[in-house]
Amino acid sequence: MNETGTLRVGIDLVLVSRIAESIERFGDRFLRRIFTAREIAYATAAPAQTAERLAARFAAKEATIKALRLRGRAIDWRDIEVCRTATGFVELALRGAAAEAAARCGASDLAVSLSHEGDLATAVVVTRVRENSAA
Amino acid sequence: MSGDESRIDQIRRILKEHGRLSSDPGTLGEDADLYRAGMTSHASVNVMLALEGAFDVEFPDRMLKRGVFGSILSIRSAIDELAGG
Repeated sequence: MNETGTLRVGIDLVLVSRIAESIERFGDRFLRRIFTAREIAYATAAPAQTAERLAARFAAKEATIKALRLRGRAIDWRDIEVCRTATGFVELALRGAAAEAAARCGASDLAVSLSHEGDLATAVVVTRVRENSAA
Repeated sequence: MSGDESRIDQIRRILKEHGRLSSDPGTLGEDADLYRAGMTSHASVNVMLALEGAFDVEFPDRMLKRGVFGSILSIRSAIDELAGG
């Protein structure tokens, strides 16, 4: 691991009930614009936990945008994906403009952690970017 | 009422319903920063989806950025481009 560079962190907090509202109001349009097929499959596999799983993933996408300072750039939400490993941990996979932006600032390592309790879902993303990266 | 006023009014109605702003979108300046007025990223997604339904348009990837949904004027500009001004 490259131990030089600058640490960046992003955090976001989402109300699970608001994600549930969006699903109710906009249905598949909301799901398909924001989440990847794998994220939707994982979240909908447990109907009672669908909204909280999606809320945590939404928070992770927003936390990634904050950590990589992508605000203002055209980023497809689906280009930031929360993936589950075989052992149940979560990782981030970046594609498209998100991956390009990460590469530009030298962010090779990204770590994500999710949590939810009651109506709250949160995510933290930590990354290390190239020293003096303007991005 | 001109077509332009109507489009602005529609945007204000959608912001009122989906934007979760701390100020009344009906009295907010057309160039006021909607994020400073309390709109979250999640609310902006809801606004986008409601705009797509109301104006029968689809926001392309290149428009999925904060600035497009940053003010009533910037939203109108995007709708004008997508739906024809």
